[in-house]
Amino acid sequence: MEIKVLGPGCPKCRQTEKNVREAVSESGVDAEIEKVTDILKIGEYGVFGTPAVVIDGEVKSVGKIPTKEEIKRWIGK
Amino acid sequence: MILSCSGGSNVGQLSNQAAVELTREGVGKMFCLAGIGGQLSGFVQSARDVPEMVTIDGCSVGCAKAILEKARVPLKSYLVLTDLGIEKNKNFELSSHDIRRVKEAVKALLFEK
Repeated sequence: MEIKVLGPGCPKCRQTEKNVREAVSESGVDAEIEKVTDILKIGEYGVFGTPAVVIDGEVKSVGKIPTKEEIKRWIGK
Repeated sequence: MILSCSGGSNVGQLSNQAAVELTREGVGKMFCLAGIGGQLSGFVQSARDVPEMVTIDGCSVGCAKAILEKARVPLKSYLVLTDLGIEKNKNFELSSHDIRRVKEAVKALLFEK
């Protein structure tokens, strides 16, 4: 599983990355997590704002901090 | 977020021009309805998650509204330009008076909240 956190480095982006890492760790799933900070690369996903979370190519949330429970649901745990 | 149908008539292009000008003026930010229509997840999810959205359709055919329904994006503030009394035609020479009316109607929707 490939998870990308899109965000240039704002506090909300950092909290989102933290939630993603903790959700993955607690779930025990095998996932590669990447933080994407490059504005041009973020733009390729067509998101209206950041932070955004992308799981296996599908954008799951935009402009808000997802909870660990939401993230666990997305990764199927 | 401002979404306009941007269709092939005067009212479609009025919706587009108003969205462009409102974005320039900082009232809102135009977003890509085509991306939502194409079911691209970044566009669809952005529209689902945004707290405030105005959707502008040129006429009662309601293409923008239909795109949002198909993508399961909740319709929030909604404006149909023919409901403002603007007649639909194929004249693409848009009048500044009509553009101004559309912009004022969008602002009224935003400020009534």
